[in-house]
This record gives sequence, C-alpha cells and structure tokens, in this order.
Amino acid sequence: MNINLTLFGQTVTFIVFVWFCLKFIWPHIIKAMEDRKTQIAEGLAAGERGRHEHELAEQRAVEVIRDAKDQAKEILAQAHRRGDEIVEEAKVDGRAEGERMVRAAEAEIEQQMNQAREQLRAEVVTLALQGAQQVLGQEVDENAHRDQLTRLAAQL
Amino acid sequence: MASENPTSTEYIQHHLQNLTLGVHPDGTIGIAHGAEEAREMGFWAIHLDTMFWSIGLGAAFLFLFYRAASKATSGVPGKWQNFVEMVIEFIDNNVRGTFNAKNDLVAPIALTLFVWILLMNLMDLVPVDWIPELAKLIGIPYMKVVPTTDPNATFGMAIAVFVLMIYYSIKEKGFGGFFGELAFQPFPKWMFPVNLLLEGVSLISKPVSLALRLFGNLYAGEMIFILIALLYSGGLIWGAVGGALQWAWAVFHVLIVLLQAFIFMILTVVYLDMAHQEH
Repeated sequence: MNINLTLFGQTVTFIVFVWFCLKFIWPHIIKAMEDRKTQIAEGLAAGERGRHEHELAEQRAVEVIRDAKDQAKEILAQAHRRGDEIVEEAKVDGRAEGERMVRAAEAEIEQQMNQAREQLRAEVVTLALQGAQQVLGQEVDENAHRDQLTRLAAQL
Repeated sequence: MASENPTSTEYIQHHLQNLTLGVHPDGTIGIAHGAEEAREMGFWAIHLDTMFWSIGLGAAFLFLFYRAASKATSGVPGKWQNFVEMVIEFIDNNVRGTFNAKNDLVAPIALTLFVWILLMNLMDLVPVDWIPELAKLIGIPYMKVVPTTDPNATFGMAIAVFVLMIYYSIKEKGFGGFFGELAFQPFPKWMFPVNLLLEGVSLISKPVSLALRLFGNLYAGEMIFILIALLYSGGLIWGAVGGALQWAWAVFHVLIVLLQAFIFMILTVVYLDMAHQEH
C-alpha cells in the first residue's frame, strides 16, 4: 500500500504502451477499416450503376426488338407486294405466249392446207385426164385441154 | 495460506502485501517480509508483482492487437481482427463523441487505458489464493495479482494523464491562457488568490479522483473476495456458502471491472478534451 518507485515504473510503462499502440496498432486497424468502408461504398455505387445500366439496356433491347418487328413487317409486306407483281407479270406473259403459239399453229395449219391444195391441184389434172380417157375410151391430148384443166384445178 | 496456521488477520494482511523489492534499513537489498519492512524501505522500493502483472498483461494486449494490426486486411477480416476492430470502433466512437479537438494521440491512449485496465481488473476474478499459492511453491513469499489494487499503478497512469492535461492546456492556450483559467475565474480578477485555490483544487482533484476511484473500487472488490475466501477455512457448510458468495460476487464484479475500465478511459478523454478547449 506504500507509494514508491512503482508509481513511476507504472507511468513509464503506460507511456511506452501508449507509444506502441499509437505507432503500431491504432493506425493499421483504422486504415484497414477505412479502406474497407471505401471498398464497400464503391461496391455499392458500382452495384447501383450496374442496376441503372441494366435498366437502360433493357429499355434499349425493347426498342431494338420493336424496330426489328417493324422492319420484319415491312419486309413481309414488300415481299407480298412483289409476289403479287410477279404473278401478274407471269399471267400477262403467259397470255401473250399462248396467243403467239395459237397464231403460229394457225399459220402452220394454213400453210399445210395450202400445200395440200397445191398437191391436189397438181394431181387433179392427171386424175381428170385419166377419168376422161376411161370415159371416152381414147387418148386425150393434154395440151389441147390445158386451159380447161387449169381452170378446173383453180376451182379447188 | 500465509504461514503454517495463519489467523484471519494474518491471512488478510498477507494478501494485501505486495512483493516489495528495496533497500533494507541496514543497507542490504532484498524482498520486504511484512508490511513493516516494506514501509521502512520508503520510496526507493518497487512492487515486483504489480510491475510483473501489469507489464505482462499490457504486453499480452499489445502483442495480440499487434498481430491483428500487422495482418489487418481491408478485405474479409478474420475472427480475431474482427474482434479487435470491434474494440477499436467502440473506443473510436467514444472518443469521437467526447473529444472535439484534433489530436491523434487521444484515441490510442483511450484504447490502451481501456484494454489494459480491463485486463488488470479481470485478474480480480481469478480466485484469490490460486496464484499466490503457486508463487509460494516456487519460493515467492508475496504475490498480489491485481495491479489496479495497488495505488501505485492507478496513480502512475493518472500522473501520465495529468501531465498530458497540463501539456495540452499550455500548448493550446499558451501559459497565460492556462494560468488565466486557473486564476481569473470563477470570481473577478481581483480575487485571484481565491480563484487560484478553487481552480487548483479542482485541477488536482481530477487525477486524484481518477486514480482513487479505480483503486478504491478494485481494492474493495479484492477485499471482499479475500473475506469470502476466509469462509473456506470454516468447514463444509461455510465453505459452500463461501463458494456461492464468491460466484455471486464475481458475477457482480464483472460489471465493476468493465465499468471502472470504461470510466477511467472516458474521463481521461473528457479531461484531455477540457484541456484543449477555451473556457
């Protein structure tokens, strides 16, 4: 219970302890805590920013999808229009082609008729002469009746 | 116990005797045997037990906290770092709430005081005979394990706080300002001797009350533990009563231990804050 040198021993001990604490303990721990505080604040801010960006991206995505749909519709309509046009063109072409083929066939028929007629004409003279010879029982001079025969052939 | 069959008085006295190293009146250096010899040694003696336990506990505190500090990470803290941070944040909040000036020394002082005093106080919860009996086995006659029941320890810390109070008063307000505070209030200037007396007493009473409050509380607590321990020599029934009482008092004492460490810490911060402020 006596006051003695222990008093100053304790004072010195206390000062040394405080010095050690001030130098090696307090600043390190406080710094770690402050750093963590900053990190957490940054993390939260980054999260908030991320959420905001996500919202913006979603909005942009909706816009992009809407645009794409519009475009698709337009392309579809164009395709329909173009298809109709092609069908129309094909119809017109087909009709023209058909008419042309009909005309060509008609022309050929005409030609073949003419050809047959010419052949018939050529043969009619011979047939007429033979017929006449059999009826008359004598030779008939072809040349003498040439005019009549030609007229007959022309009637065909 | 103390000697072969000590009386109650001897038992109590033995428990209140520090292991004192000093110069005997005949000129030899040695351990004082008994309060009488310790008193005769006068001022030039030292309490080895107080010094050992206070330095040991303080070193343990600094070592453990230093381990956390040297490995402190701003990432996910480990369990120990977490605990240390909790303590430091508690101290930091108290200092921020109480101390308004700018001084980086105050918070480490508060931390050191709080943890150190708490650890020294906690030694009070170790059953009073354990460590002294162990010490006796290795030939140490006296062993007082609670440094805060030694007024040297509490006054030692209070003196350091007092010196800091005066230093910062003069540093912040100049010598004139500090003297003015002591001499020119609360009464008009012409009554300065009265002022000086009043303010001087109030200034001195700060460290004295700081030291005596801690010492008194812990000394009283220790004394009650010693008295309860006396019951153990009174047979089975008294021993059982003693055990129950010791447990109850220990539970209650945890509050005192914590509270006194906190009060010493927070009052130191308050006094240092007053030293920084103009009145």
